[in-house]
Amino acid sequence: MITKKDVQYIAHLSRIHLAENEAESLTKNLEGILTYIEKLKKLDVADVKPTSHVLPLENVFREDVVRESLSQNDVMNMAVEKNKGSFKVPQVIE
Amino acid sequence: MKNYETVIGLEVHLQLNTKTKIFCGCANTFGQNANTLTCPICLGLPGTLPVFNKEVLKNGIRVGLALNCKINSFVKFDRKNYYYPDLPKAYQISQYDFPIAKDGYLPVQIDGQLKNIGITRAHMEEDAGKLIHDSEIKASLVDYNRTGTPLVEIVSEPDIRSPQEAYDYLTSLKLLMQYLDVSDCDMEKGSLRCDANISLRKEGAKEFGTKAEVKNLNSFKAVKSALEFEVGRQKKLLDSGERVVQETRLWDEAKQITLSMRSKEEAHDYRYFPEPDLVPFTVDQKVIDAARKALPEFPLAKSGRFIKEYGLSEYDADVLIQDKNLSQFFEDCIVNYNEPKKICNWISGALKQELNAKKINFPEAKLSVDHFISLIQKVDDGTVSNLAGKDVLKIMLDTHKDPNAIISNKGLAQVSDEGALENIIAEVVSENPQIVEQIKLGKESAIGFLVGQSMRKTQGKANPKIINQMLKRRILDV
Repeated sequence: MITKKDVQYIAHLSRIHLAENEAESLTKNLEGILTYIEKLKKLDVADVKPTSHVLPLENVFREDVVRESLSQNDVMNMAVEKNKGSFKVPQVIE
Repeated sequence: MKNYETVIGLEVHLQLNTKTKIFCGCANTFGQNANTLTCPICLGLPGTLPVFNKEVLKNGIRVGLALNCKINSFVKFDRKNYYYPDLPKAYQISQYDFPIAKDGYLPVQIDGQLKNIGITRAHMEEDAGKLIHDSEIKASLVDYNRTGTPLVEIVSEPDIRSPQEAYDYLTSLKLLMQYLDVSDCDMEKGSLRCDANISLRKEGAKEFGTKAEVKNLNSFKAVKSALEFEVGRQKKLLDSGERVVQETRLWDEAKQITLSMRSKEEAHDYRYFPEPDLVPFTVDQKVIDAARKALPEFPLAKSGRFIKEYGLSEYDADVLIQDKNLSQFFEDCIVNYNEPKKICNWISGALKQELNAKKINFPEAKLSVDHFISLIQKVDDGTVSNLAGKDVLKIMLDTHKDPNAIISNKGLAQVSDEGALENIIAEVVSENPQIVEQIKLGKESAIGFLVGQSMRKTQGKANPKIINQMLKRRILDV
């Protein structure tokens, strides 16, 4: 059973601000999704191989070879705020 | 008064020294200008896909094997979700339920005894960026160069019983990893980082007490000091009937105390799930066997061999193996000059002193086996005094010249020719009549003073043994 408190907690972890009515509707939505999972849980999967990935692939590697990086200029062009070649963000520690 | 047992477990993050990052081809280099080693993948730009660096898996396996772990044949990555500006994707690609290695141990010398400290697991993950807190502009600055640096996190069992044991464990682990050559293990550069979990329990108790996690430990010494502080703090709480709160505490190096982190940063709810952008990996048993075969000789084995093969004392062997390169150099020297004890003394004494004084590592000294041996032989055959030999070594490290050339250029060869010393002896004797009188009256130890005077007159080049004999002959007629 999903409560509004659960939704607000998850929203906080995801740094999402939810209005009161949004939290309520999302509570119902999530409850619906979890009910569906309950249905899946009832399926007999005894013959299904466990998987952690949808693609039938494994062992995709790259060699340890250096490729050129972006220039500081290119990177800083993506920054909302910048300072001395670094991204400037709100202070995280006083 | 109750007695408590200290229970410590350590988490060590090791930056691997691969050429590139774990999931992209950006160079894995420390100390570059901010944000010059990034690309769309490590910046987490939309539409990019990480691809796993083969070398990281190889080194992950080697770390696991060195720690006597079982290597998982099935390897996958998971997302660890949290929001912090040093993490551009807002998740870290890590390993959750299938780490590369688990269930191992590290043998550690503690009070002269070997103790196996259990290793719960070792897993591979990506490092986060670096945050600089700038109080002047009231903002934090983010450098993403470090983002995606390959890490191996090594988690110990709560088998450590004192802050000193924690220190010993870290020293052994660091040395082992240096022998493996997977990381430079430099805490100052952050290529080795350590968090500590510590709790107390009444002696004999089976259950663990409530633990505190201590972070911001910037040296092995800090680890030890922070743990000592925590033992005291937790003991005081328990003695007065209070509870230890499970929390993360930060070590304050300046004040030498730990402080509670604000609780809102503590929401440890990482909501792990399998990383959909990376396919799983299978590690063939053949690959594991080959990796095991290719492991280098480890410090403990090497120390044992040095004692057995070269007749070194436990202490001497232990000093030598503390540096992989020096211990290799030692063996290279022995091949050409079979005097293990002498070579060991020169390496552990004069050479190490010079390296420390110059603040360099052995490889930077570029010292050749031939030059080093030739110097020791010159001291052994009496061509130069022990003291002059140390000066020659110093010049060798500065100039990389042949010791023989240095000895003749600087005129450092000992004067053992009595004819050449005769005048000096005569001078010293006539300048110090009182001392000579004392010696004649039986105070033979005073002769040392005259030897010193004679040595000074020859700028230390005289062979002190010869001087001593000549003085005795002249004054006492023996």
